Amino acid sequence: MDLISIENLSYEVAGARILSDISVTLPKGGVTALIGPNGAGKSSLFSHVARLLPLQTGRISVDDLAVKPSNRRALSRKLAILPQQVHFATRLTVRELIQFGRYPHCQGSLKADDYAMVDVALAAFELTPLADRFLDTLSGGQRHKAHVAMIYAQDTDYLLLDEPLNNLDIAASRTLMALLRRLADDEGKTVVIVLHDINFAAQYADHLVVLKSGRIEREGKPSDLVTEALLSEVYSTDAQVAMVGDTPFVVP
Amino acid sequence: MRARSTLICAMLLALSCVLFMTLGAKGNWDFVLWFRGRKLAALLIVGAAVSTATVLFQTISRNHILTPSIMGFDALYTLIVALVVFSIGAAGFNHLPSEFVFFAHISLLIGAALILFGTLIGQHRTDLMRMVLTGIIFGVLFRSLSSFIYRMIDPSEFATIQVNSYARFNYIDLNLLWISAGLTFVTLSLSWQMRRQLDVLGLGFEMATNLGEPVARRQKQALILVAILVAVSTALVGPVAFLGLLVVSIARLISPNETHAVLIPLSALIAGIVLVAGQTILERVLGLSTPLAVVIDFVGGFVFLTLLLRKGWI
Amino acid sequence: MQRHSTALFLAVGILVLAAISVFVGVISLRPETVFHDRDALGLVLDSRLPRTFATLIAGAALAVCGMIMQMLVRNRFVEPMTAGTGQGAALGILVVTLFLPGASIFVKMSLATATALVSSLGFLLIVRRLPPSQPLLVPLVAILYGGIIGAGVTFVAYQADMLQFIDTWLNGDFSGVMRGRYELLWIAAVVAALTYLIADQFAIVGLGREASVNLGLNYDQVMILGLLAVSVVSALTVITVGAIPFVGLIVPNIISRRCGDNLRATLPLTALCGAMLVLSSDIVGRIVRYPFEIPVGTILGVLGAGVFLWLLYSGPKHAR
Repeated sequence: MDLISIENLSYEVAGARILSDISVTLPKGGVTALIGPNGAGKSSLFSHVARLLPLQTGRISVDDLAVKPSNRRALSRKLAILPQQVHFATRLTVRELIQFGRYPHCQGSLKADDYAMVDVALAAFELTPLADRFLDTLSGGQRHKAHVAMIYAQDTDYLLLDEPLNNLDIAASRTLMALLRRLADDEGKTVVIVLHDINFAAQYADHLVVLKSGRIEREGKPSDLVTEALLSEVYSTDAQVAMVGDTPFVVP
Repeated sequence: MRARSTLICAMLLALSCVLFMTLGAKGNWDFVLWFRGRKLAALLIVGAAVSTATVLFQTISRNHILTPSIMGFDALYTLIVALVVFSIGAAGFNHLPSEFVFFAHISLLIGAALILFGTLIGQHRTDLMRMVLTGIIFGVLFRSLSSFIYRMIDPSEFATIQVNSYARFNYIDLNLLWISAGLTFVTLSLSWQMRRQLDVLGLGFEMATNLGEPVARRQKQALILVAILVAVSTALVGPVAFLGLLVVSIARLISPNETHAVLIPLSALIAGIVLVAGQTILERVLGLSTPLAVVIDFVGGFVFLTLLLRKGWI
Repeated sequence: MQRHSTALFLAVGILVLAAISVFVGVISLRPETVFHDRDALGLVLDSRLPRTFATLIAGAALAVCGMIMQMLVRNRFVEPMTAGTGQGAALGILVVTLFLPGASIFVKMSLATATALVSSLGFLLIVRRLPPSQPLLVPLVAILYGGIIGAGVTFVAYQADMLQFIDTWLNGDFSGVMRGRYELLWIAAVVAALTYLIADQFAIVGLGREASVNLGLNYDQVMILGLLAVSVVSALTVITVGAIPFVGLIVPNIISRRCGDNLRATLPLTALCGAMLVLSSDIVGRIVRYPFEIPVGTILGVLGAGVFLWLLYSGPKHAR
């Protein structure tokens, strides 16, 4: 089946339960946002699907491919992940970074179609003029775009991003979300994104999964879910919800 | 640009080797060839082993100011020697055949390295830092223990057991050359084969996992190679703390490209130049009696500090 | 309360150990004879008592300086003897011995302090460049840095054929302590005691520059004073008895874990604990292979390394 399926996932650290028996399916296609208050377990859930954390209990599979170490290579061609913080010691140009995105396909020996894909990625993210600049000479926003371009070049069905908007200003955030939207709409990719800003989730996501205290509280469409009732039950706050067009908007 | 750097270094190395062999050579040419040739081979082997071990280690630890030699593996060997001497006496120890001692030395070092690396319980950098620090402290501990044991054995002597605190490039046991050469060659080929995977590893745990690499396993593989290389070079000439650092820092400086396909051979070349040219200059040109290792540690350390301060290199 | 019980324990411990220290040695001494026998009394006054004082002062001063350095660098795993200050002092002494052999002890001391200060400043400059997210990088760089300076000292010593000398400076040993040969250490004691006057300021500096400025402190001034104190004590220790490793590292950590970091309260405890540690190590060194002596540097090398490892692996996990 074409989706990400999570069954009975639990996660404990030093006696504290971070995730309790989570079972959910993330649909293929469109943009799915994982939201929830601080400490809900969103990043932990992300890390499990991204196979950054080993499974303690439960099962996760992506398009029927089980998430476990032996499927590592196949998974890297199926889903691409962008964690919250990426900083590395090696000096790379933008092009070199994006070329790494082709590694799951060519193991480092790039062929013509790999180079072509890199050029496509550069163009899609408007990075072509910066292609031969070193990453540390770019601004934070540009660097971030380069990283997204890299996972785009990985050419996977699924893209997972963990709070990518954290250090971006409003313009850069909107650009990135619009880009992800376009990837989902025009290229049929499935984007799963962890967000803490509920308004961006409401505006750009097709499907929301709400977590609280390590459990799935609700899931569904933003227009159905983002209500004052949700805010008071899950977030324990009594903010107002207004409608802008058909999109709900939480007044901060 | 980088091809040119490598080419220049290769030529410099060739020049250094020629000078090493010919400068101040007296007497029978056959003898000189044999005697100096073996020493040259030893220097080249040690250079390549140390530089490659450092490159691999820096990639795994994602840090450009570390080197595996600082983890004091040699100190463990010194301690074992002290214990052996304590039990069977110095004379008994000197009777042991050198090949046996060499193999025991290498096995011990590899074993210790693996145990130490086995404490690497996570991919988090903190664990790696802690492991390196542990290695260093164990080095201090073992050195102090050895000093302690020697004092217990013979306290009347002013314990001048410098216990190989510096490498001796001058008195290399050339019997062990073939074994070292073989081991180094095999390990270097394996490292070379891993070069692309090492590039990916250098991107960090998350990115490497994203691209499908088994990070923990690759780290252990690379660390085993590091252990062997460090063991061989230490067994052959003793501890060489800053040689790797010095050489790899220079390589990074002159080559803008940091892929392992370039870094590994370039560092090896530079290491060869430093050792061969260094030994030649020190011995033949300046006629100094200071051991090369002391000079390298001093100069290497100084260069490294300057780099650290200027570039804030990590 | 933790602090009171610790203080009591330490004070009593030191008194007992000091008594033992006076009576342990190559020449056997019995308590009764001391007051009757002129020679015995002479021995006590010329050798045993000075040695006891020297160990107490060195231990206390080094522990206090270790604590101060940890506040200045904002890292728990550094101490002057292994972070370049001690080696810097040795370099200074070496240089002055080579180029100004007739210089007075005051000149030697000043130069050693100056080189120690420069080394410490260098270390601070480097530490500023390190990413704060990796606290363990600091002790690592510290040890490397100290090793480099040590290599420099060895290099110069090799050239000048003075290897045996640097051994006395780089390896702490109290066996040569006699009346008339150790008095400089009292200066170290005074300096260490003076730091107590600004103990609070050191504690605030330990919170960082922003916090210090926020609380109206002259951050740079406190840093300089701290470094100066550390350098003076290190230089004096190296000149008189040689480098004594690890005391400045493990004692502040032990006290901090037991009693917290309110320096005004804990600095005296740190001093007491350091004094007791070095004194007991010296006594052990005198007993274990009686009548020969094992230098305190070796004993502490083993003990200190072991405790350091324990500190590394126990206690609160570092923030990631």
